[in-house]
Amino acid sequence: MDWLLQQLINGLGLGSIYALIALGYTMVYGVLRFINFAHSDILMLGAFAALYLEPHVSRMLGGPQSILGAILIAAVAAGLCALLGILIEFLAYRPLRQRPRLAVLITAIGVSLLIEFTAQHEKVFSAKTQFFPRLLPEHSFQLGQVYFSSTDLLVPAVTAAMLAAMWFIVQKTRTGTAMRAVSFNQQAASLMGVNVNRIISFTFGLGSALAAIAGILYAMKAPGIEPLMGVQPGLRAFIAAVLGGIGNLPGAVVGGLVLGILETFLGGIPWLSSYRDGIAFAILILILLFKPAGLLGKATVEKV
Amino acid sequence: MSLPGAKRWLLLGIALAAVASHFAHSPELGLNRYYLGVAVDVGIAIILAVSLNLINGHTGQFSLGHAGFMAVGGYTAAKISLLISPAGEAAWGFPLALLGGGLLAALAGLLVGIPSLRLRGDYLAIVTLGFGEIIRVAVQNMESVGAASGLKGIPKYTTLGWTFGLAAITIYVITALVNSTYGRGFIAVHDDEVAAESMGIPTTRYKVTAFVTGAFFAGIAGGLYAHHKQFLSPTGFDFLKSIDIVVMVILGGMGRTAGVAAAAVILTLLPESLRAFSEYRMIIYSLLIILLMMLRPQGLFTFQRKQGGAS
Amino acid sequence: MSAPLLQLDAATIQFGGLTAVSAFTTAVADNELVGLIGPNGAGKTTAFNLITGVYQPTSGSIRFAGQPTVGLKPNQLTRLGIARTFQNIRLFHSMSVFDNIRAATQLHRRHGILDALWRGRAHRAGEREVEARVMELLEIFSLDKQRGELAKSLPYGDQRRLEIVRALATKPRLLLLDEPAAGMNPTEKDDLMRLIRFVKDRYQIAVLLVEHDMKVVMGICERIAVLEYGRKIAEGSPQEIQRHPQVIEAYLGAAASGKESPDA
Repeated sequence: MDWLLQQLINGLGLGSIYALIALGYTMVYGVLRFINFAHSDILMLGAFAALYLEPHVSRMLGGPQSILGAILIAAVAAGLCALLGILIEFLAYRPLRQRPRLAVLITAIGVSLLIEFTAQHEKVFSAKTQFFPRLLPEHSFQLGQVYFSSTDLLVPAVTAAMLAAMWFIVQKTRTGTAMRAVSFNQQAASLMGVNVNRIISFTFGLGSALAAIAGILYAMKAPGIEPLMGVQPGLRAFIAAVLGGIGNLPGAVVGGLVLGILETFLGGIPWLSSYRDGIAFAILILILLFKPAGLLGKATVEKV
Repeated sequence: MSLPGAKRWLLLGIALAAVASHFAHSPELGLNRYYLGVAVDVGIAIILAVSLNLINGHTGQFSLGHAGFMAVGGYTAAKISLLISPAGEAAWGFPLALLGGGLLAALAGLLVGIPSLRLRGDYLAIVTLGFGEIIRVAVQNMESVGAASGLKGIPKYTTLGWTFGLAAITIYVITALVNSTYGRGFIAVHDDEVAAESMGIPTTRYKVTAFVTGAFFAGIAGGLYAHHKQFLSPTGFDFLKSIDIVVMVILGGMGRTAGVAAAAVILTLLPESLRAFSEYRMIIYSLLIILLMMLRPQGLFTFQRKQGGAS
Repeated sequence: MSAPLLQLDAATIQFGGLTAVSAFTTAVADNELVGLIGPNGAGKTTAFNLITGVYQPTSGSIRFAGQPTVGLKPNQLTRLGIARTFQNIRLFHSMSVFDNIRAATQLHRRHGILDALWRGRAHRAGEREVEARVMELLEIFSLDKQRGELAKSLPYGDQRRLEIVRALATKPRLLLLDEPAAGMNPTEKDDLMRLIRFVKDRYQIAVLLVEHDMKVVMGICERIAVLEYGRKIAEGSPQEIQRHPQVIEAYLGAAASGKESPDA
């Protein structure tokens, strides 16, 4: 029982992060119908932005590990990443808007590789793992045999807050309505007076900001950060998005949580733990075999 | 393509590979080991790209797991060679090892091909990517093939002749397959699955055939690779390797065998030629991918697919 | 008349809560030209998709040449002798005109993979046979001059014709045409009517035609079935259908008031 609870807490934390990243994948897929491979690198850049911001913010506020400081760091990192996401879309993807999706996909892979290799360069971040500073004071709690830290609570809480904000933006604002219109039918949306380019930029910005926050949360739980740190969580988050039905926002959250929890549970079984990297994919393949459009995705019947 | 001329070309290709191999490996005329190694790399890349082209290009199924098939073939072939003669003194076993690797990879292709019957586009891409990763993780946990530390001491059987001879066979098989009335089925699946079904084309069988054939040759390439590098490690077959092959297929112009083979040559030589700028090499490589996609998304080479009548 | 070639018996299909085709019973005899009409969304194309195996009926039965077809895949039904065209032309766009037809002869090639690889004498003879057959078809339908062109680069009318020829290349006993006159001008429509009659007579096959254009339907069909909201409301000769009160109300009334039917 304790073991179950412990795994559930760990799984929820991991799953929340997957969910945050998955939202970015699924939003971009919704408006542009392609997998933005560079998304996982934005996550890494978010963590590095926090790493470099932390000393400055601490100096400015007169001490490290303050709540205000953490919020400030996260906000600035998210803002920087949002700008970068918009820039990437503008420079690399927009010129290819009318091209086959495969060309865009390969470009996205190219952008991802470019960021990773540039970041690994000696004069940039270098390939070695760097210590990630503690942004908030950390407390540990014990409940029977179950151990958890304040970070374990923080991660799902931040995720829930972000999801609520996302839901509000997408469902209640004009921009959100326009986003949904663009993802439903780009041409029709533009005929209805929606500025499609602006909405796509906004989507990239929003997704990248979420990725940056996810990156910081991920770094807080990880021992250190390095330029390839985004690859594995990025891949899992992408699986989560597909699992939930790509293009479907609640699906991304459900997919992320399901994947995080299942992965933690199965990874906790001793003889399975060394297969951890394969578990996520095995889950995905099993689910897609029975529900080819994902958990919450609608099966589209091709019109003949 | 006019046949039976093609069969003659095939024999010519194999003969040329054998002769080139004889001279290249002979001690007095021999090429320097580095160039020889790069040449073998090029041949292996051709086999990989041309075989993936059958799946991604001709049949229009998007597979991101080719490195997984290569891994299956590589490890199987290496294991067979080591079982026959751990000291590496039984070169006669090499074809056997390659064939075994190819067949097991084909079996893996069958397993991956089955979900492809239900999935399309991005979903298929992610599932094939997943299969590739699962294969890698499985190998990482197999003590009998060295697990994470890799499989060492594989005999060096791969020569220029074997590599290019097999590359010629790969090109021949895939071209001959596609350029026949039977082979129009692959293109029909690529163009419009619903229409293809309605014209009596068993689309599922074609898709599985494409996966099995493509995987078989990827397995052969894996076997060549194993006996070339003499060392296999699971990280060599991660999804970046699959991406490399996909990029070759796309730059070559999906479905154009000659273009894809040429792209395989260029993309293998390119990082080598950038060795002088080793620290910027991969940065330049990724920039080139982006630029090429922007400037030439239809592939590097614009020669049209041969159209029309008699074949 | 002997046993019909195609027999639908209370064929029904539901999508979610919507019944797209409801208890549809009809029959097509050998070498008969039957029209299937009805307002947009009446379930005509869905009926085609049931007959060709794209959809499986929720209930009811379909028999072709005496054999039950429920559960068979489209490609198996094509092998039995059902061929079709599509409402929105679905040619193989990256192939030439010649190869579009050649792909459709594939089901009559007995040789497969190994043969294509070995390319022995039998294979070459087989390929020559296919080539001759494709050329013959292209000549009959005067597409031979465009044989090397990409299918997608043909003019619209030629694409429609090529789709019909491609269906014929599968050697069907029943040809389903889904709105072949859509988007055609009056001259092209006249040509099409002649073409359909020619196809039926020359190859002695049955034709089932979905069409909005009343002139075409009334001009060539021997018998017409009318669908409305997935139900058959009438069936009979063109004269009977033109006089049928329910049909006039549901369909012809709208079509007769304007030259273009509003839902065409």
